[in-house]
Amino acid sequence: MQGLKQKGIAIYHWLDRRLGLAGPVIEAAEHPIPKSSASWWYVFGSAATVILMMQIVTGVLLALVYTPTARDAWNSLNFLNHGLTLGWFLRALHGWGSDFMITIVLIHMTQVFMFGAYKFPRELTWIVGVFLLLMTFGMAFTGQVLRFDQDAYWGIGIGASIMARVPFVGSKLVHLLLGGPIIGATTVSRFFALHVFVIPGILLAFVGLHVWMVLRLGINEWPMPGRLVRRSTYVQEYEAEIHTDGVPFIPDAGWTDAIFAAAIILAIMTCAAVFGPIGPTGAPDPTIIQTVPKPDVPFLWIYALLALLPPKLETPILLIVPVVVICVMLALPFFAGEGEKHWSRRPVAVLMVLVIAVSLGTLTVVSLHPPWSPEMTAWSADPVQPRFLRGRTPLERQGAIVFQEKQCRNCHALAGLGGKRGPDLASVATRLTEDELVRQVLQGGGNMPAYGSALSPAQTTALVAFLDTLNGNERPARDPSLELTHSKAAQKQQKF
Amino acid sequence: MENPTTQPSQHSRRTFLFKIALMANGAVGTVLAVPILGYILGPVFKRGRSYEYWIPLGFLNQFPEGETRLAHFHNPDGSPADGQTRTLPCWVRHIKKNQFQVFAINCAHMGCPVHWFPQSKLFMCPCHGGVYYQDGARAAGPPPRGLFEYEYKIAGDRLMIRAGQLPTLATHASIAAPGSSPCKG
Repeated sequence: MQGLKQKGIAIYHWLDRRLGLAGPVIEAAEHPIPKSSASWWYVFGSAATVILMMQIVTGVLLALVYTPTARDAWNSLNFLNHGLTLGWFLRALHGWGSDFMITIVLIHMTQVFMFGAYKFPRELTWIVGVFLLLMTFGMAFTGQVLRFDQDAYWGIGIGASIMARVPFVGSKLVHLLLGGPIIGATTVSRFFALHVFVIPGILLAFVGLHVWMVLRLGINEWPMPGRLVRRSTYVQEYEAEIHTDGVPFIPDAGWTDAIFAAAIILAIMTCAAVFGPIGPTGAPDPTIIQTVPKPDVPFLWIYALLALLPPKLETPILLIVPVVVICVMLALPFFAGEGEKHWSRRPVAVLMVLVIAVSLGTLTVVSLHPPWSPEMTAWSADPVQPRFLRGRTPLERQGAIVFQEKQCRNCHALAGLGGKRGPDLASVATRLTEDELVRQVLQGGGNMPAYGSALSPAQTTALVAFLDTLNGNERPARDPSLELTHSKAAQKQQKF
Repeated sequence: MENPTTQPSQHSRRTFLFKIALMANGAVGTVLAVPILGYILGPVFKRGRSYEYWIPLGFLNQFPEGETRLAHFHNPDGSPADGQTRTLPCWVRHIKKNQFQVFAINCAHMGCPVHWFPQSKLFMCPCHGGVYYQDGARAAGPPPRGLFEYEYKIAGDRLMIRAGQLPTLATHASIAAPGSSPCKG
């Protein structure tokens, strides 16, 4: 035993004499940090790095089997899922790892922002971090394309449609993105190269720089209200703090990082095991148009924005806002590089984080059951509830058939059942008079297409007769002037 | 203090040679960048219209008058590695006699596949709620224009279309939107 130990030490010395790494590595591990920073709030960066390692390992393992061509990619994913021992689990780890990565990176960024860690002298660490965030989203998007299924196919189309809106060079950018004029083999191989070589290469280099600067400049101290950052004095104050009240990163702070990283990896494994791999959905066959393409969770908010932005402002917002947001993020440490770090003294910063988080969260949640898309099968799948048919005349019932057959149901629900694009019609007769209903149906308006050319006069009469019965238990909308001018309307009024 | 640039070491033969070597590398690098950029930007330099070819879409009797049918064509620029993505759909509306409209499957908003509903004579998009009339004019939702149309011609008993590019606002912006309906909302 003693001999073995001595042999081990001898090998260590032999290696270190040649590598010379032990000294710098130990020095880096034991670098002093402010005692207050040995906290659970400081674990997200290292967790992101550990997830990155896992993504690299699982990614390489998937690449052993994955075939990056438009023809074979989908089949190779299915082979991974079903034909290979634990292939599904590796795919699940990589897919869930991606979602966790984005979550952790966003939390890390929020924490850094709230703790004022981007201020002097850590400006460049923040800027490199902004690029790391962009590359993380880049990895998520290219990865979603490599899961070459229906959603991926139409998702690239959406990416191309956004690119096409760039003035003058739109079509060139589309061709550059697709690797040709149309989505095909060159598109998939292009995204493979981006996902596997280009972005990870730059990403790793930037992670190296990021960590190097964290070690070189020291970890941010716990912010205190009233303790201002000044370029002239900060470095001395920080040095003084880690000398008087510093602790070595390992073991004093490192243990929280290690435990959190282990918990995160365990969480990813649990999600992978319980929920399984993400997709692939249907085959990437553009001729199968019975599909409702949706992006992955990290991009759902964009999907919502594309539906909710006013059409006239869509292109300027899509092209200008991202550039402005990225520029503001990059410029942040230059216009707010000094001063207060503590969140309690930075109400604008707190408000910004809250507004952004609530906006993105709301858009994402709304996108899970999007109210802006017509429900393509509602007209044949969702029946008219019996209570809307009981005691109705034959004409009104015929109207209910027209209502179904003309796909009104795809956009209009009846008492919650059906599309959500337009208003629920269960009580439409309390809002619109008979004449207004006819006008709305034939001419459309608001966001409704005109049905004038799709309905015969008889169908219109029946449809409006049916819609006019939909008043719940309320008094129906009536044009008061009709009472005076229209005897039939006056009689009908008496019935209620 | 002596200006460092005037020190003899700054003007030695080796310093000079090193500078020459740097310049030589810069020059070689620039020359090397030309083919690399040319390769990467290859798809950009080709004119968009040069991707387009006349492609047979089917026999005329496949498209009954007064109806709108789904048709398929092969990407003329495709390769076997494209697999299923080589076959692309489009909507063919036979108005009357030799009058047709061939609509791209891609919504003018974000390129999702539009569905035709013959009963309500509408195209609906499943993504963000774009709706078009039977002549392709925009009816509702976020699309900034009507459906993209392919040029068509009749060759004997076949319908041909000019296709080969993903229809987007950039590639089809020059082609006017189909006549807007007077009933447009």
